[in-house]
Amino acid sequence: MDTLLDVEDLWVRFPSRQGVFDAVRGVSFTLGRERLGIVGESGSGKSMTGRAILRLIRPPGIVEAKQVSLGGVDLMQKTEKEMRAVRGQRISMVMQDPKFSLNPVMTIGDQIIEAYRQHNRASYAQAYAKALEMLEAVSIRDADRVMRAYPHEMSGGMGQRIMIAMMLIPNPEILIADEPTSALDVSVQRQVLDIMDKLVKTRGMGLIFISHDLNLVADFCDRVLIMYAGRIVEICKADKLNEAKHPYTRGLLNSLPRLDTPRDHLEVLKRDPAWSEAPSVSGRL
Amino acid sequence: MLDIDALNVWFGSGRDRVDAVKGATFTVARGESFGLVGESGSGKSTILRAISGLAPHWSGGMVVDGTPLTKVRPKAFYKTVQMVFQDPYASLHPRHSVDQVLGETLHLHGFGDIDARVVKLLDDVGLGQKFRFRYPHQLSGGQRQRVAIARALAPEPELLLLDEPTSALDVSVQAEILNLLVDLRRDRGLTYVMVSHDLSVVGHMCERLAVMQNGAIVEIMGVETLRKMEAKHPYSQSLLAASV
Amino acid sequence: MADQTLRQWLLTDTPTSRRHAKLSAIYQGWLSFRGNTMAMIGLWILIGLVGIAAFAPILSPHNPFVQDLGNRLAPLGTESHILGTDSLGRDILSRLIYGSRITLYIVALVALIAPIVGLLVGTVSGYAGGWVDVVLMRITDIFLAFPRLVLALAFVAALGAGIENAVLAISLTAWPPYARIARAETLTIRAADYISAIQLQGAGAMRIITRHIWPLCVSSLIVRVTLDMAGIILAAAGLGFLGLGAQPPSPEWGAMISEGRRFILDHWWVATMPGLAIFTVSLAFNLLGDGLRDVLDPKGGE
Repeated sequence: MDTLLDVEDLWVRFPSRQGVFDAVRGVSFTLGRERLGIVGESGSGKSMTGRAILRLIRPPGIVEAKQVSLGGVDLMQKTEKEMRAVRGQRISMVMQDPKFSLNPVMTIGDQIIEAYRQHNRASYAQAYAKALEMLEAVSIRDADRVMRAYPHEMSGGMGQRIMIAMMLIPNPEILIADEPTSALDVSVQRQVLDIMDKLVKTRGMGLIFISHDLNLVADFCDRVLIMYAGRIVEICKADKLNEAKHPYTRGLLNSLPRLDTPRDHLEVLKRDPAWSEAPSVSGRL
Repeated sequence: MLDIDALNVWFGSGRDRVDAVKGATFTVARGESFGLVGESGSGKSTILRAISGLAPHWSGGMVVDGTPLTKVRPKAFYKTVQMVFQDPYASLHPRHSVDQVLGETLHLHGFGDIDARVVKLLDDVGLGQKFRFRYPHQLSGGQRQRVAIARALAPEPELLLLDEPTSALDVSVQAEILNLLVDLRRDRGLTYVMVSHDLSVVGHMCERLAVMQNGAIVEIMGVETLRKMEAKHPYSQSLLAASV
Repeated sequence: MADQTLRQWLLTDTPTSRRHAKLSAIYQGWLSFRGNTMAMIGLWILIGLVGIAAFAPILSPHNPFVQDLGNRLAPLGTESHILGTDSLGRDILSRLIYGSRITLYIVALVALIAPIVGLLVGTVSGYAGGWVDVVLMRITDIFLAFPRLVLALAFVAALGAGIENAVLAISLTAWPPYARIARAETLTIRAADYISAIQLQGAGAMRIITRHIWPLCVSSLIVRVTLDMAGIILAAAGLGFLGLGAQPPSPEWGAMISEGRRFILDHWWVATMPGLAIFTVSLAFNLLGDGLRDVLDPKGGE
């Protein structure tokens, strides 16, 4: 499997009045045409990793890495202007709440068409047809009506599907999804995940799926990276998650309430300082 | 302990009226832990707000500890029924320290030995003395939720309404808070009505539960039925299937 | 174990008593304010203003009221009259120094009356809702509709000219925007869970408004007041300019500009010096207000 993205020794630091805070500490992994999950709790650095890849972290945040290579070209060396050609075009990002990512004062159709014409030379009519096509690809049936509607008229699930449609218009090689289903109801989550899955497979894209939900990620992804305190503590294949060895992963798995194994008390994770001091496990193949 | 009979709750009036809860009926025995599950918009949180007196428009019957509830709640009501809110980042006043939050609550309920009680409450929820004078922004999500629980326990209530108490928390913190809630219920003989969208949390915490859809209760079942996936109503079945 | 330095004690994340917590919060707010250079410049100018007003008799080289008709309209840099003299031979610098007292007086009075009235009306209106809200907001609209100068003229006609009446006129037209801000904030705060929580403890409206809502509204009001101060000073100067405020021979800065208007072509400093003074103080208030907003704005973190 060819490597789409190669991240080596990524560090993200934030200077503050109390000293420098390291949000991401020496993260390394490669991404092929696969679904890679990054799991962690809040503060683990998983969202920061996604943003750092796209160079979305503004000063005073500092991002350093040996390399963050997309198809052999190091993104860390690119200027801001060059990154603009990468963001959205070659690497896209879907975020948690479509309410905050879609422009509330433009119709959905206008937004999709604008996104399309940013990356392609096309007439309005061509862009409109393409937009309809994208909406149908994400299983939105009443595409014409949706094109004329505003974001606040859409439910969470539909909004997220529209976001996915918009993000995939420029045919990126990699999609980074940061908690895309956390704001959605359980029944809708499955729908959105299925759509992402289908699109990623048919286009041969790489997917980085960031979430706090270990079971969801294990269900959906091929490989899982577990992050704690800015480091990767374990990597495993999704179907082998139950055989995970690191005490943090085991602790997370055991602290979840389960319908099939009722217990009196849930196991509480005892944090071992050794976990954050140990070096990051490399996810590079 | 709690008797809900054909409860309707609505917002707005006339053409803009939205019926959030329609004809809800269920009972909760003293000392029991009862769950309300459903997706967003199902009305489960609205029922809690109606019971606690925070929903202005309701009809039907609500009886707490033998006393029917009226439009205006008497002070004594708040000594019997308390609520823990969902978002720990929004349930504490940003400018009040933990000490002020608990102290004010105790003062409003007429307790005299406020200092001693604040100390004991903080111990009971697993926070030490060093948290007493902190402000909310100096606390983590789990710590804030513990303070919210302490505040709810301050008037020594009998019925605790829990509105998704752990859904905004990390998995590991959720385990601690759920364990705390289990211990508190056992030690104080409390009755819980817990709302959640997470079936496994409800399965862990509750003995019986009601499944809600679009404001109506579609099924009431015991937790064993839930565990065996033997739900009868098609909506409950689809909810179970999607959660596993 | 070595003693913590005072700074470490104040920067702690784990306060040990009520006093400790309060001092720590104030200190951290001060540190973040101090980081803003522009705001510090504004603060120093205003501290200077207060100092000048307090020590006016000592600082001022001459008596501001003494006329010297033989030395009228002396230019800048004249011996013993650095900023020159006005049309009656009075030293401009001394008049500016004494005029700072009047400026501060106006600022203090308006800052006391308008935001407090606005806070009261706005929070009660926002919290109570219903017809109380409607009535109070219509009253606010009525006062908002009054043009400041016309109201001042009416007051002067009724009560006679003078600085107190000018201040009254300004305050009466200045409070409505604060009421609107306070009401908007109250509406947002009222929906928060922490208000629901305290209602569930049986708290009455008075307690909720004074102890829960006011502390949160006060920050934005303080910021708004400091930013408005520039406008207030200009309004008072405008009234003074029209002869409706401070009366001669009072060295109010606006009245000084008015007196110097006739000589602006040949003796420009007579009107420009007080103008620069007004400009500096207004700018200082603006910078201070900006800095305060960065510190007190809840969204920016506490």
